[in-house]
Amino acid sequence: MSVVERQEWDVVVVGAGGAGLRAAIEARERGARTAVICKSLFGKAHTVMAEGGIAAAMANANPHDNWQVHFRDTLRGGKFLNQWRMAELHAQEAPDRVWELETWGALFDRTKDGRISQRNFGGHEYPRLAHVGDRTGLELIRTLQQKIVALQQEDFKETGDYESRLKVFQECTVTRVLKDGSRVSGVFAYERESGRFFVLEAPAVVIATGGIGKSFKVTSNSWEYTGDGHALALLAGAPLLNMEFVQFHPTGMVWPPSVKGILVTESVRGDGGVLRNSDGKRFMFDYIPDVFKEKYAETEDEADRWYDDPDNNRRPPELLPRDEVARAINAEVKEGRGSPHGGVFLDVSTRMPAEVIKRRLPSMYHQFKELADVDITAEAMEVGPTCHYVMGGIAVESDSAAARGVPGLYAAGEVAGGMHGSNRLGGNSLSDLLVFGRRAGLHAAEYAAGVTADRPRVHDGQVSSAAAEALRPFSVEAEIEEPAGGPPENPYTLHQELQQTMNDLVGIIRREPEMKQALEKLAELRVRARRAGVEGHRQFNPGWHLALDLRNMLLVSECVARAALERTESRGGHTREDHPSMDRRWRRINLLCGLTDPTGGLTATDPLRGQIALTRETTEPIRPDLLALFDKEELVKYLAEEELYE
Amino acid sequence: MSSYEARFKVWRGDADGGGLEDFKVEVNDGEVVLDIIHRLQATQAPDLAVRWNCKAGKCGSCSAEINGRPRLLCMTRMSVFDREETITVTPLRAFPVVRDLVTNVGFNYDKAREIPSFVPPPGLGPGEYRMMQEDVDRSQEFRKCIECFLCQDTCHVVRDHEENKQAFAGPRFLMRVAELDMHPLDAAAESGLDRKRAAQDEHGLGYCNITKCCTEVCPEGIKITDNALIPLKERAVDRKYDPLVWLGNKIRRRSASSGG
Repeated sequence: MSVVERQEWDVVVVGAGGAGLRAAIEARERGARTAVICKSLFGKAHTVMAEGGIAAAMANANPHDNWQVHFRDTLRGGKFLNQWRMAELHAQEAPDRVWELETWGALFDRTKDGRISQRNFGGHEYPRLAHVGDRTGLELIRTLQQKIVALQQEDFKETGDYESRLKVFQECTVTRVLKDGSRVSGVFAYERESGRFFVLEAPAVVIATGGIGKSFKVTSNSWEYTGDGHALALLAGAPLLNMEFVQFHPTGMVWPPSVKGILVTESVRGDGGVLRNSDGKRFMFDYIPDVFKEKYAETEDEADRWYDDPDNNRRPPELLPRDEVARAINAEVKEGRGSPHGGVFLDVSTRMPAEVIKRRLPSMYHQFKELADVDITAEAMEVGPTCHYVMGGIAVESDSAAARGVPGLYAAGEVAGGMHGSNRLGGNSLSDLLVFGRRAGLHAAEYAAGVTADRPRVHDGQVSSAAAEALRPFSVEAEIEEPAGGPPENPYTLHQELQQTMNDLVGIIRREPEMKQALEKLAELRVRARRAGVEGHRQFNPGWHLALDLRNMLLVSECVARAALERTESRGGHTREDHPSMDRRWRRINLLCGLTDPTGGLTATDPLRGQIALTRETTEPIRPDLLALFDKEELVKYLAEEELYE
Repeated sequence: MSSYEARFKVWRGDADGGGLEDFKVEVNDGEVVLDIIHRLQATQAPDLAVRWNCKAGKCGSCSAEINGRPRLLCMTRMSVFDREETITVTPLRAFPVVRDLVTNVGFNYDKAREIPSFVPPPGLGPGEYRMMQEDVDRSQEFRKCIECFLCQDTCHVVRDHEENKQAFAGPRFLMRVAELDMHPLDAAAESGLDRKRAAQDEHGLGYCNITKCCTEVCPEGIKITDNALIPLKERAVDRKYDPLVWLGNKIRRRSASSGG
């Protein structure tokens, strides 16, 4: 095998969405030579699809807002399963992270007095989301991208090389995190364009690869969301936390079939849009759960008054947290009160004038017009739940974003677990990216600076086995001559079967026999995926890329299915038909996923033994001063007796 | 739901050359061209190279040419074509082919680096920025850009004139200059940078002869020519040729700095 090129960096960031870019900026500003690796072109990451806004208690729209209120909303949204220290840091630091974007050139929509405008969103007590129309994610990614360019321009002035301290390796994919003993020593990657392998040696690696939605058939996620970072961490020996919690966004497009799953922003409801069933009824009033009874309007009149007078009226139930709304839509459709294409109606056309709709929701207007021939200023949209976000992720230390158990490994953004508990509030994702992206970059840079005398080494053996693993799909044809094999498999077919399995059997409503069936199917797919073969050569070959991504999707899907089977309660993004209520005893339980055989990644051949082992862990008690932010009456709904009196 | 079989010609090849390959492929209700390319990958040509990400018109990755016109594959519905028509899909013509429908768009990233970044106003800390909505509207329009580079591809200054690429930033990045120039708090001028002059002298604004091809292909509907390029040209010309404007600025700046 030819020699694989190696380069030395201080910090390598895997992923160039909001968290990855924010981490890279911080690491570079702290003096670390920083490399960013991303699967797509620079500036195309999934973050561009975020629409509604960035949640930050700046109190521009309502002076009563502050970090404590934001913290409270976040814990309620996550049904108190959140890693509370992360939720605290997030609520405290989000405003600074937003303001800082303005100094890098971001242009948010404005209030009348020239400050950053903030809009209402599900689960947030006050208007809190900084936004740019309904394309906030694009503004975020572009601002960070342009800040990276600004830093590169500084470096060019000083060194004559734009990439001397901060380089983006675009359209490259990491397939392995490399280690020296227990410590991270770098990453193994391939370049999509040429298929060439390379190694970046670095003592610190930040994983910021986003989510896992491409394991589900109906999803709002882009092709990149194949759970790469989750799998990389698992394979490197870091545990994943609470993977059963997957958010199904209540409003995805349902028609035409080819766009099923594409997101319809929550801003539609935040700005006044309402949900109706086929009887024309605003059904959300029937679905307010007990824990939220006091906070939501009981009548349409009160709900409608709230938009202008939020201090004296309660909010409309369309703005309940996403898990509640998604379940309600699911139930309405199941009861036979759905729309013609199996969703419900989301209407703004009768709620505000056409020109206001076009101004406040331009992308939605455009999207429905172009893709579905629907004019949302004149008729209702048809919407239904779509797989949107994974709350579970790499288990990290709250303050430093360091992955547990693997020195030098960090994680931020969607790929990290804990922050959002069992359900994420809209708007808390973009702020999460910025707050913990920065923290990951900061701590990765500090860690890297501390090991200069004793840099971990990249071992040749690991590089050759990573290369062999990546090349395997090309040699499948030759190998399957052996009697143990079967016919070569088409990676696209395997992917479709995987998506159908997760969608049907580990979807929005879960049942024990179905999840068991899913695990059997996943085992079968895992064995068949070993025979996923590709045609052609290594140059920009999507079939090959998918064959490699399948390993990650299968690992992550097994984590979701196993954890979902284990947790015998319903909470947030995990709904069990056979265990329909929230159980206070489960609040303190985290489920950790690890590899059953941590020694090797090539042990995936045995269909009987799964790849994933679960362990239960009791969480740290919530700090008393944070608990004191809630009324006792509210806490009793969530916390077990012994927690209340500790 | 009605399905039919469509005829496609898709360019396949690499830097060494290639040609159009014929396909017959199923089309279903509501599908877009990208769905068809994906179906070809899954059923007939697993190694067919195409860039895509969001499939929702938000990321600007799946740019290509459909029947010779630069478009996003994900936002071009099959229903706009006649069922009998053969649909031809080719890579962006202005950029070097990598493989099949994927081109090397590095030109754009090089140009992005040559545009001086936002200059934060000295003395204003984070959280202290105050801007009126009407003052940010103009730059916000340009920041809708999803960097699909269709405007860069269609612009005749570079489309058939490789030699102009060195001196010409293209509509997307001239628009970036306009965006920064119209940013209410950009302090470039105070730092000694004249963005309008730079547009003219360093980024090739003069090459643009406002044929509006860029505006026509913009999937975001940004009025690139009318709202960014023409105003930038007018202001650049003011600066460049009007000695009174130049002198006036010079005096104003001097008295401002001595006063401060």
